[in-house]
Amino acid sequence: MPILWLILIVSAVAAVGYVLGRARALQSAGGDSRNLHSLPSFYGANVTLKILVPAFGLLIAWLLVQPFFVNSQVSGMIPESAIKEGSSRSLVMAEVRRTAFGLDNAVAQGNLTESAASDAQVDVIDVTQRLKDAGQVVTSEITQPVLRAAQSYRAMSATGYAIMSVAVLAVAVIGAVIGWLQTNAEYRARNVVEQGVRVLLLAAASIAILTTVGIVLSLVFNTWEFFKLYPASDFFFGMTWAPSFSGRGGSSELGILPLLWGTLYISIVALLVAVPIGLFAAIYLSEYASPRLRSVAKPLLEVLAGIPTIVYGLFALLTVGPLLLDIFGDSGLGWMKAGTAVMTAGLVMGIMLIPFVSSLSDDIINAVPQAMRDGSYGLGATQSETIRQVVLPAALPGIVGAILLAASRAIGETMIVVLGAGAAARLSLNPFEAMTTVTAKIVSQLTGDADFASPEALVAFALGMTLFILTLGLNVFALYIVRKYREQYE
Amino acid sequence: MTDASMQSPETGRHTISLTATDERTQKRARAEKRFRSYGLAAIGTGLFFLVVLFTSILSQGLPAFQRTVVSVDFTLTEPQRDEAEGTLFKTKAYSNLFVTQLSKELSERGISVDFDEAAIERLLGKVGGTIRSFYAENPGKLNEPIKFDLTASSRVDGYFKGRVSRDTIQDSRFLQKSDLDLVDALEEAGIIKQAFNWPFIIGADSGVDNPGGAGIGASVVGSFFMMVVVLGLSLPIGVAASIYLEEFAPQNKFTDLIEVNISNLAAVPSIVFGILGLAVFIQFMHLPQSAPLVGGLVLTLMTLPTIIISTRASLKAVPPSIRDAALGVGASKMQAVFHHVLPLAAPGILTGTIIGLAQALGETAPLLLIGMVGFVARGYPDGFLAGFTEPNSAMPAQIYTWAARADVGFYEKAWGGIIILLMFLLTMNIIAIILRRRFERRW
Repeated sequence: MPILWLILIVSAVAAVGYVLGRARALQSAGGDSRNLHSLPSFYGANVTLKILVPAFGLLIAWLLVQPFFVNSQVSGMIPESAIKEGSSRSLVMAEVRRTAFGLDNAVAQGNLTESAASDAQVDVIDVTQRLKDAGQVVTSEITQPVLRAAQSYRAMSATGYAIMSVAVLAVAVIGAVIGWLQTNAEYRARNVVEQGVRVLLLAAASIAILTTVGIVLSLVFNTWEFFKLYPASDFFFGMTWAPSFSGRGGSSELGILPLLWGTLYISIVALLVAVPIGLFAAIYLSEYASPRLRSVAKPLLEVLAGIPTIVYGLFALLTVGPLLLDIFGDSGLGWMKAGTAVMTAGLVMGIMLIPFVSSLSDDIINAVPQAMRDGSYGLGATQSETIRQVVLPAALPGIVGAILLAASRAIGETMIVVLGAGAAARLSLNPFEAMTTVTAKIVSQLTGDADFASPEALVAFALGMTLFILTLGLNVFALYIVRKYREQYE
Repeated sequence: MTDASMQSPETGRHTISLTATDERTQKRARAEKRFRSYGLAAIGTGLFFLVVLFTSILSQGLPAFQRTVVSVDFTLTEPQRDEAEGTLFKTKAYSNLFVTQLSKELSERGISVDFDEAAIERLLGKVGGTIRSFYAENPGKLNEPIKFDLTASSRVDGYFKGRVSRDTIQDSRFLQKSDLDLVDALEEAGIIKQAFNWPFIIGADSGVDNPGGAGIGASVVGSFFMMVVVLGLSLPIGVAASIYLEEFAPQNKFTDLIEVNISNLAAVPSIVFGILGLAVFIQFMHLPQSAPLVGGLVLTLMTLPTIIISTRASLKAVPPSIRDAALGVGASKMQAVFHHVLPLAAPGILTGTIIGLAQALGETAPLLLIGMVGFVARGYPDGFLAGFTEPNSAMPAQIYTWAARADVGFYEKAWGGIIILLMFLLTMNIIAIILRRRFERRW
């Protein structure tokens, strides 16, 4: 683990820098810290920051950039003839990387000597066999160009990492020297250090933006690739979802409408369960319940929100599904053919959403000013009349916001539908039939064997994009409503 | 109010009596009662679902912690071993020795039942191989009686737990009706019994046709390494981001942009984070697939909004007088925050972090996309550092893999896995509650 060692060495240099910087500052002040501009520890921290920030910055940047550089260099080495019909340069490069990785592991395990791994004249068949012996995953027979490319890939990576280590250490030492030389009694170490820390804090806060940018870029880029292979109009208006598993070919039909319908149908069923229960629970808890009941029932209901979704998924598949099948299946009403259905997933998802609706609505109902209730009581209304005619209309925008938030949860929920809703994509009105959703299909398209460049895998990114925009839109709208409502009474 | 209005009840449509309530009031009171009962019913339904959920977890998951073992005292003498090693089918020879021993033990207790080696294989798997590898590793144990605890196959296990019965069983290569006679005989002899299922807790995932051998231990380790990554990254980054936003950020467009991003990220579906991890960490940065490191990075990005929101709340709860006092005695803004505000907010931050970690621990969907599916967890990593990069699974992903398998025997394992997962979550939440109770300060 050379990178770990590098990190440790740089950290050690930084620690030494701290001690030296602090000592030099004290020395320059004649041993009396009152003569210094800042506290002695700031001088140490100044040196440490000047070592750590550039060194680790360079390390991270190098680690990010080097794979691209090596990739493009090696990719240029592969002759056009080595790329098989129906394959692509990126697929061959994936093979090259796999082989290079396999060679590394085989050397580490001792199945292959370092000289044999980098020998340009080595026999391909022999190496393939040795890699297989070492338990490395080698998908197809390695060809001569692939092996050559893999060997130069390894060589370039190794050289790159060596240069990187030297560069990072050099930057650390230069930083140490600069920091140390700057250190004297007049140097405004505190201002510099605090400015530096402030920039680091800002960088940490900016990670949120980076994440969003990362999500948007990865979605947009891959969706764009997908639309180059598959017409966008067929994707958005296609009525059938039938991906082919045979591999690459135009036989797949990837229309999103059945998936969107399944998503909406399951979400509607879930909301039909969650909204009445959650809303009435919130009303009772905020208006009627004694503090004792409230202190018990509210946390217990919120337990439902803390349970991982995989638990609900299993609950749907193994408990609720068979239960519904007993009632509505062939032995009962005969409406249901299998345990996995819209009803199963919707019901269980509704249970999961109860606390989302109840907690948010509870907050919102509590925010309605007491004066409005008192006015209503003063006119002779009963408590329920007050709630129905005064409190709920006042809280309505907020409650709508809460329901929209719950809806966005329902649309983005994955594990319950993967396990409970079935796998068949269909446009049907029968809630006892199996249907599938956008999220479930993202999982199934990306966990299969389809290669990343095929439309069958890339469609998952287009689905993800749709999901992202849908949930984001719902959330922004819901938050807007909730915020607007809050301002009304504050 | 005048006397005139009191004395003219006849002018109204109803006779108003102070002792009897009129029809309309009764109706309103009934409506009131009904409305109240709706509320109670809603809470009751919610709690009922909770109870059903937990009963079904416990009733179906607890059997996973029991296994059926056949314990036999077995002695192998040196000539026997040499003879077995000399034959062509060595494990078969060991199996034969085992069968002989078992029949002897049964007849000693006066029970007679017919069985052959094939039946033993259906009951216990490849016994000969187990015995042979045991003696190959411990040659010193020859000639002395050794107690072998052999795990019975999942169908025999099911027979004991009521999953398989004599009426429903169909003869297959896994178990035949006649084998159940042998099982009954073994039970009568006290050779076959139920024991605590340690292999389930410490074991790794097994093949698709061996539900009996599946264990969750390896994926617990995978989850652990992910949580180390999440804690190591999301706590410092989250706290730093919160300090910036709460204490230093100027009112400008960029700060607004950060705030909007954080609140939106908190609501992005988890599967989208999985797509991000796949595209950025695996396709773009070429980090190893199925590695807890990548899983940890994805979960870090997911947990950050949670931690930032709770940290900001606890920073906000520290009264401004603390900051003013620190600034008043000459501390810089930075010193006031790091020396005074942050320590006072620490319990709240810790509580929020633990709750964020608990959320991350139960997350499944993004892990499936980056390849951390259950069947990857075939063993323990080679060392601490290898634990981050070697392919592994995580508890929820392992549970999902079991739930998706065709063999019914895996369902029990999935429920058992959920009990373990929930125990971890419960512990974390209890720690968070204790921390809050113990250190929370109200100003």
